[in-house]
Amino acid sequence: MLLSNLPALQVVIPLVSAPVCLLLRNPRHAWACALIISWLVLAMALLLLQQVYTLGTISYAIGAWATPWGIEYRIDMAGALMILIIATVGAVTMPYAWRNIQHELHRKHTGVYYTCYLLCLTGLLGIVVTGDAFNLFVFLEISSLSSYVLISLGPSRRALTAAYQYLVMGTIGATFILIGIGLLYMMTGTLNMQDISQRLPEVADTRTIRVAFAFVTVGVSIKLALFPLHIWLPNAYTYAPSVVSAFMAATATKVGVYVLLRFFFTLFGLQFSFNAMHVGEILMLLAVAAILIASLVAIFQDNVKRMLAYSSVAQIGYIILGISLATTAGVSAGMLHLFNHAMIKGALFMAMGCIFLRLGSVEIHNMHGLARQMPWTMAAFVAGGLSLIGVPLTAGFISKWYLVNAALTDGYWPLAVLILVSSLLALIYIWRVVEAAYFHLPGADMHKVREAPASMLIPTWLLIGVNLYVGLDAGLITNIAQQGAASLLGQALQ
Amino acid sequence: MEHLIDIVLLGLLMITGFAIVRMKSLLAVAMLTSIYSLLSASLFVVLDAVDVALTEAAIGAGISTILMLATVALTRDEEKAPRHTPLLPLAVVTVTGAALIYGTLDMPHYGDPAAPVHQHAASAYLHDTPGEIGVPNVVTSVLASYRGYDTLGEVTVIFTAGAGVLALLGYRTRRRNIQGPGIRKLVVLRVIAKLFFPLILLFALYVLFHGDYGPGGGFQAGVIFATGFILYALAFGLGNAQRVIHHPLLRIMAAVGVLIYAAVGIEGILLGGKFLEYGVLADDPVTGQHLGIMLIELGVGITVAAVMLIIYYGFVSRQD
Repeated sequence: MLLSNLPALQVVIPLVSAPVCLLLRNPRHAWACALIISWLVLAMALLLLQQVYTLGTISYAIGAWATPWGIEYRIDMAGALMILIIATVGAVTMPYAWRNIQHELHRKHTGVYYTCYLLCLTGLLGIVVTGDAFNLFVFLEISSLSSYVLISLGPSRRALTAAYQYLVMGTIGATFILIGIGLLYMMTGTLNMQDISQRLPEVADTRTIRVAFAFVTVGVSIKLALFPLHIWLPNAYTYAPSVVSAFMAATATKVGVYVLLRFFFTLFGLQFSFNAMHVGEILMLLAVAAILIASLVAIFQDNVKRMLAYSSVAQIGYIILGISLATTAGVSAGMLHLFNHAMIKGALFMAMGCIFLRLGSVEIHNMHGLARQMPWTMAAFVAGGLSLIGVPLTAGFISKWYLVNAALTDGYWPLAVLILVSSLLALIYIWRVVEAAYFHLPGADMHKVREAPASMLIPTWLLIGVNLYVGLDAGLITNIAQQGAASLLGQALQ
Repeated sequence: MEHLIDIVLLGLLMITGFAIVRMKSLLAVAMLTSIYSLLSASLFVVLDAVDVALTEAAIGAGISTILMLATVALTRDEEKAPRHTPLLPLAVVTVTGAALIYGTLDMPHYGDPAAPVHQHAASAYLHDTPGEIGVPNVVTSVLASYRGYDTLGEVTVIFTAGAGVLALLGYRTRRRNIQGPGIRKLVVLRVIAKLFFPLILLFALYVLFHGDYGPGGGFQAGVIFATGFILYALAFGLGNAQRVIHHPLLRIMAAVGVLIYAAVGIEGILLGGKFLEYGVLADDPVTGQHLGIMLIELGVGITVAAVMLIIYYGFVSRQD
C-alpha cells in the first residue's frame, strides 16, 4: 500500500515534517527530525529509482482524479535521477549541518533553519516529481521562498543583501514562468504536461505560444543562473551558510536545468523548441560564454566560496552545452554532468565549511600552510578539485568525455577545444588554493588551527567517495543518464 | 455597458500604476497599491471571478496594505534616490511589455466561448462537479478537490513565508503596549473597532464554512480573521491583542493548519485510496468529498490566519 503511494510520499513526508520541525522547540530535536527525514527521503528515492528502472515511467493520480482533470505525478528516468541527486545531497549534508549551523547561525535561528531546509527539500522534490505545469510553479515557489530565507541566515550581514538580490531576480524569474504557463493554459485549456504536449502542435504556430516559450525560457534561465542571468548567484553562494551553499549549489540550479529540460522536450517538444524557435543556437552561444567568462572570473577571486560560485556558473555552461546539441548523446552527457557536478560542488563547498569552522575565513591569503593543519579537509578539496578539472579516474572526467564525444559526433570540434581550454582554467583556480595551502609558509596563528570534526569530514568524504567511484565505474550512472535523456527525447533506448 | 466598465476600471488601474511609479512618498505608494488591488478586485467581479475578487480585496487591498504600512513605519517614508541610471531597467521593461503585447495578437477573443480554456478541462469541471463532488461552487471543487494538491502547495507557500518571517524578524517580547503604525488613540476608531471586531470574526467563519456554496473559503476566511485581530491591535495596542492570541500559539497554529491538510491527504492513503482522495473518507464518496473539503478549508484558514498575524506581530513588535 505504501509502496504504490511512493511518488506522493516522496514529497509529502518532508512536507509534513517541516511544520512538525517548527513545533519542536529544542534545536537538537529539530535537527534530529530533519536528519531522519533526509535519510528516509534517500531511501524512498532509491526505491523509486528501482521501480522506474524495472517498471518504466510511473504515473500517480493525486486524489484519484483521472488526468488531465486532476494533478498527475509522473516520474521517468530523468526525474528519478534528479530525485536521487537531491535526496543524496540532502542526506549527506544533514549530519554535516549540525556543527556548521551551530557555528555560523545565531542560536535563535537554528530551530527555524531546519524547518526552512525541509521546505526547500519539499519544493525541489515536488518540482521534479510533478507532471503538471502549474503544480510545478507552486513547488517552485516553496523552494524559492525557503532558499531566500536559508541564504539570508548567513553569518555576515551581507547575506541579507545577497538574499534580497536573489529574491528580486528569482521573483522576476518565477513571474515569467507563471506568465508562460498562463499563456500555455490559455491556448491549450489544460495544465497537465502530457496533455499540453498533445494539444500544443495544433496551436504551436501562433504568436501567443512563441511568447509563452520565450517567457518560460528566460524565467527558467534566471533560476538556473544561465550566463548572463547569473548575477544573483555569486553573492548568494558566498554569503550563505556553508551547508546551504553546498546544498543549493548541488541541487537548486540543477533542478532549474531539469525544469528547462521538461519544458523544452516534454511540453514544447524537440521539434518546436529547437527547429522552430532555434533555441539550441542561442543556448550554445550562452553556454560557451558562461564556460569561458565565468572560469576566467573565477581565477581572480580571493574568496574561495565566490570562486566556486563562479565555477558553478561555468559548470552550468557545460550542462547547457550538452542540452543545446539536442541529441540523445548531448542531453545524456548534460545529465551525467548534472549528477557529477552536484557531487563535486557539494563536496567542495563542504570542504570550505570545514575550513571556515576552524579558520574563520575562506580567503586564499589566510590559507597559507593550511594543509599541514587540516590534511583531511585539504585532501578532500584536492580530490574534488581534480574531479572539477576532469582528471581521469574522477567523475568529472567521465562527463567531460561524454560531452566531448557528443560534440564531435555532431561535428562541433571547436567545442571540444573549448572544453579542454576551460579545464585548464579550472586547473589554474584550483591550483591557487592548493599552492597557498600546501606550498606557502604558515602564518603566525596557523598552529592553533585544528582538523575539522568527524561529523563534517565524513559527509564531505562520502561525496568525494561518490566522485571517485563514478570515476572508476561509471556504468550504472551513465546508463541512468542515457535512459533519462531517451525518455526526455521520447525515444526508446536501443 | 460591461465593456464601458472594463475600460474605466482598466484606465483607472493604469493611472494608479503610473502614480505608484512616480510617487516618492512610500506612505502614499502603500495607499495607492491598496487602491490598485481594490480596482483589480472590481475587475474580477466584472469577470464573474468572485472568489478571486474576494481574495484580492481581502489580501491585496486589506492586509498587504497594513503590512506595507507597518514596514514603512519601521524604515522611513521617503524613497531613496536610485543610484543607477534607469536605462537598462527601462529597456528590459519595454522589451517585456512589447513581447506581452505581441503575444496577445493570436489570443482567443475576450469571452469567446470557443476558446480552449472553456472547452477542455473547465467544461469537464462544470459538468462533473454536481455528480462527483456535489458542491454548488465549482471554484471550490476545483481548488479543494480536483486540484487540491496545488492548494496544499499554496498553504505550504504561506507557511514558508511565516517561517521566513519568524527566522528573519522573530518576535520581540515587549513590556510596553505598542500601538500600531500611524494610528494614535482615536476614540471613534476604538469604538468602531470594538463594534466591528466580533462581526469580522463571525464573517470570517461564515466565509470559511460557506465556501462550498458561495464565494470564499479558507484563504479568504483566514485573512479576514487576521484583519479582525489587526484592527483590534491597531486600536488597543499589540499588548492587548497578545492577551487573546499570543505569539507561541501562532507558531503552533501555523504548523497545525498545514498538518490538518496533509493529514486528510494521508488518511486517504491509510484508508486504501490515493493521497488526497476524499471519496474514501466516508461510506458515500460525495459525503467523503464534503468532509474532506471542509477539513482542508479549516486547515487552510488556520494557517493563513496564523501566518498573517505572525508577520504583523513580527513587524509591529520591532517598533520603538
